[in-house]
Amino acid sequence: MSIEITLTVNGMAETHSVHPHRNLVSVLRDECGLTGTKEGCDDCECGACMVLVDGSPVNSCSYLAVQADGKRVTTVEGLAAPDGTLSPLQQAFLSCGGVQCGFCTPGMLISATALLAQTSSPTDDEIRTAVSGNLCRCTGYTGILDAIRLAAEAI
Amino acid sequence: MSVTVPERLQQARSGTERPSAHFSAPTSLAEVLDALAAGAVPLAGGTDLVVGHRQGKRLLPDALVNLDHVADLRGIVEGVNGSLFIGALTNHETIVNDERVRSSYPALADASSIVGSAATRATGTIGGNVMNASPAADTIAPLLCHDAIAVLRSTGGERRVAFGELFVGPGRTTATSGELLVGIELAPSSATTGGAYVRLEYRRQMEIAIVGAAAVVRLDAGGRVEYARVAMTALAPTIQRVPAAEDALLGTDAGAAAARAAGEAVAAAARPISDVRGSASYRQAMAAVITQRAVTTAATRARGGVVRIPASDSTFGGRAGNEGSGS
Repeated sequence: MSIEITLTVNGMAETHSVHPHRNLVSVLRDECGLTGTKEGCDDCECGACMVLVDGSPVNSCSYLAVQADGKRVTTVEGLAAPDGTLSPLQQAFLSCGGVQCGFCTPGMLISATALLAQTSSPTDDEIRTAVSGNLCRCTGYTGILDAIRLAAEAI
Repeated sequence: MSVTVPERLQQARSGTERPSAHFSAPTSLAEVLDALAAGAVPLAGGTDLVVGHRQGKRLLPDALVNLDHVADLRGIVEGVNGSLFIGALTNHETIVNDERVRSSYPALADASSIVGSAATRATGTIGGNVMNASPAADTIAPLLCHDAIAVLRSTGGERRVAFGELFVGPGRTTATSGELLVGIELAPSSATTGGAYVRLEYRRQMEIAIVGAAAVVRLDAGGRVEYARVAMTALAPTIQRVPAAEDALLGTDAGAAAARAAGEAVAAAARPISDVRGSASYRQAMAAVITQRAVTTAATRARGGVVRIPASDSTFGGRAGNEGSGS
């Protein structure tokens, strides 16, 4: 059985025919061609595959593509302006050294984007809680937390 | 040396497409109940069902019915008799941010605020957490302490089941495969009722309870406990109340001695297992400590004191600069 689904990915409506058990990340990467979203652990531990679904953070490895039918999906490719200008958050990750190998970065950016959409002046505790589902093996997190703080000040 | 990937994990991860798989996403409860009667399994947030599939623990069933588009299953409404009704599809984030839950049922807010990560709480639902029936589920002990009633619906009608009669073993409930949990009714609370859920954890987020305890106490005009509920998590095959601990609190001032007695009663009732997260003897010892903390926090709240949500953070000393809402 295949199901026809319509996703609005980074503002563009797309229709795909998918098996009911297929996960969202594979549709985003292999059908939509958006390889910014990474597949890490594949079972909801690491957060590398985080995307926004109707504005909420979702681990797209363990979320069925059919669950996203009719919803808005935002991937890391959708964070910059159409002309490629980075968002203040993305800029802050660069200036604070919040990126090393880069594998966790798309997920970190998505979680932080969801946080900053809720509050423009997050406490340190709220920042740590917001990225608690995202693992980073390089930075020691300090640069990432600095970047989110800086972005919050800039917004 | 070759590593054998278990067949089920291989199947889950290779995206093996079973032609028999069926999926529906109706917009009405009646259609959902028809699908369940025909053998489909309900899908809420998928944070247990789909994760279990990806891990190869338990592959997705052939027939799934998505609940997401049934708007009636979502939301928190006040009942006529002072009760609070939480729709099964309400996610943890909504529960934590609900002022009625935070003020009258803080033990549940404590629990929902520490389930998984921010993404888990935005996707995972209270109905899924309950019906997954894990012995370590965070929301079940608080719900037991609030005398919660599970409202089940099937094509045959409605059935109300007290939480104390809902769980029969790890992953198993008394609901039939044709029954859907549509919502949870919480008993009325009062100004002198306080509750708390405390979890022993190795990390603050993305954690599963090593041991957990919930307590709810109501104080009379003289500050004595006139109503007490204590339930233990990850200490038996099902999450359950501990009547001996409740008896140890009744009539006391819920002070240090009473909290210690309740803790000892829980440790005595506990039948923990040893697993990757802790040994049985460690769990047994910690059962007393965690229960004491839950009782003390519940009593503080019953007296009108403010303890941050989640209580786990506060009872473990909190963090620097942790004045935030923590939700």
